[in-house]
Amino acid sequence: MLRYLIRRVLWAAVLFVIVTLVTYVIFFLVPNDLAAKIAGQGSSQAQRARAIHHLGLDRPVYVQYGKFMWSLIKPVPVHIGGVPVFVRPNGNLGYSYVRATPVNDVVKTAAPVTASLVFGGVIVWLLMALPIGILSALRPRSVLDRTSMTFVLIGISAHPIWIGLIFAYIFGFRLGWFPISNYCNFFNSAGGCGGPAQWAYHLVLPWLTYAILFAALYARMVRANVMEALTEDYVRTARAKGAPESRVLRSHVLRNALLPVVTMLGMDIGIGLGGAIFTETIYNLPGLGKLLIRAIGETDLPIVMGVVVFATFAIIVFNLIIDLLYAWIDPRIRLS
Amino acid sequence: MALLEVNDLKTYFQTDDGIVKAVDGVSFSVEKGKTLGIVGESGSGKSVTCLTIMGLNAKKNTITSGEALFNGENLLTAGARRLREIRGNDIAMIFQDPMTSLNPVHSIGAQLVEAVQLHRDVSKKVARARAVELLKAVGIPRAERRMDDYPHQFSGGMRQRVMIAMALVNDPDLLIADEPTTALDVTTQAQIMDLIKTLQDDFGSAIIVITHDLGVVAEAADDVLVMYAAEVAEQAPVEKLFNRPFHPYTWGLLGSLPRLDIEVERLVQIPGQPPSLLRPPSGCRFHPRCPYVMDKCKQIDPPLVPISDDPEHLQACHLDEETKDREAKKLLETTMAQAS
Repeated sequence: MLRYLIRRVLWAAVLFVIVTLVTYVIFFLVPNDLAAKIAGQGSSQAQRARAIHHLGLDRPVYVQYGKFMWSLIKPVPVHIGGVPVFVRPNGNLGYSYVRATPVNDVVKTAAPVTASLVFGGVIVWLLMALPIGILSALRPRSVLDRTSMTFVLIGISAHPIWIGLIFAYIFGFRLGWFPISNYCNFFNSAGGCGGPAQWAYHLVLPWLTYAILFAALYARMVRANVMEALTEDYVRTARAKGAPESRVLRSHVLRNALLPVVTMLGMDIGIGLGGAIFTETIYNLPGLGKLLIRAIGETDLPIVMGVVVFATFAIIVFNLIIDLLYAWIDPRIRLS
Repeated sequence: MALLEVNDLKTYFQTDDGIVKAVDGVSFSVEKGKTLGIVGESGSGKSVTCLTIMGLNAKKNTITSGEALFNGENLLTAGARRLREIRGNDIAMIFQDPMTSLNPVHSIGAQLVEAVQLHRDVSKKVARARAVELLKAVGIPRAERRMDDYPHQFSGGMRQRVMIAMALVNDPDLLIADEPTTALDVTTQAQIMDLIKTLQDDFGSAIIVITHDLGVVAEAADDVLVMYAAEVAEQAPVEKLFNRPFHPYTWGLLGSLPRLDIEVERLVQIPGQPPSLLRPPSGCRFHPRCPYVMDKCKQIDPPLVPISDDPEHLQACHLDEETKDREAKKLLETTMAQAS
């Protein structure tokens, strides 16, 4: 188990380097007019050259990348009671010249928005997919099954942007049930609105929009898995033991049928982060997706790098958690 | 009164292609402490017969008729709750494939404890003690420690022992073993059959053993039911069936058994395929494959009747008894291994 963990972490590190390196190189090749932005519109050629040199932007790409990575992972001792106890990575994502702010600050404000959207969305999609999938599997070809599979087909075919616009128009604009833009903090109400109720209220439409595609895919997957598990020999064994149907379902069918769902969840969180870009744009949520889109438009490499690094890190960590969770719920993996 | 008495049992499945008559008028009975062997090819309806008795067929698209009296109570009309009380407590079942019949995500201890607690209002500790006792009885070494192991940590033979322990944990009156040795290798097969026989003596359960292996039947059964295409072809006490087989299909089965002390060119095989149960042949269902076929066989389905000098021995064939005795003798001389 420990060896498995170590191997996973090492692979994650390799992945991390590759992703950041590729992003860095791509952006380095994109022509931009950074010098004018930094030194000001009316600056002379010499002033611009000095600014560029001062910031190290005239150095080769590998040097710049190396410096970026070093300031990110440089070990920093952590003091407890004045004594250095252990080291942590420095975690400095750099400085945005376009915004004149440290990247860490920008990412720190945007990350909770995206986290709220993604994790709330995952819960919403599971709350939709699990009951639909399980009930459909228990009554295949019934009216309920056919209705929900139609919903699934629509959910899979319709693009999130279209769904988002339709939802915003019907439930937000026409019916006025939910706000169609802006974000409220979960904790403080510094920006006018805040607190858990307002936070959730503002996120209802984004969550639904975000969740619908995955809910549809998962409903179909859960249905197929449950139907398959229902025909397993050990389910027949459980019935032959005299177990009531509810117990058969809970303890024997679902436990096995939902194992692949956990695996999928680990992979889809990554895809889901990409999906958050659409939803954040439609509902004007100041999250990482929206930040990334704007930073690309402004050729703001440090912000782009910051978002990529943060997202990669989050995905890797999340996948690791899912893997461990999986090993915990499936004894065949835990013990091999 | 017999422990289990099955009368004219019929199980039909409605499919998109039509009605599949999986069991078509089967009758038999099992006495307390006795063993009945049900023999036949794949798809002859042996497993469905037992699943129907247990009420384990899918409710949807299944039509069942006849009766299955267990201690006088008709299981086919019993309610779902009553059936659950009986299953695993009065009637238990062992399945063919021990690799897939145990739930891979629960420890075998948990699965055994579940079986106990479903029928007995006892604490987990008591249930666990009972489970360990049974694991010891079926010959699992270090039973106490292996309780927390998962099915994938056991070999096929060991898993089948666990299945047997689980079936016997509530001391059932009837044990149905559906091809209990088919998925195991030969040495393990013998061990498992020995185990079942030993446990039968200890627990006093009646057993129905479903198999396509006549060796298993010869070894374990008191009575034999030969099934062909959803019907009973022949039924007799085991030594009578082996010493005086009376149905051409039984001859085919016996002829395909290898015998060590006589050298034969090749084993006899039954020509053709088992018929479709969707559209079974007219008359006797065995007639398209029967070497003794007569015109009568194609039109009239022979009833299951006792042979003239033995009311215990039933068979369903139009062939005259003289020919049968002659053919049976010829067969016994050349091919099969006789029952001891």
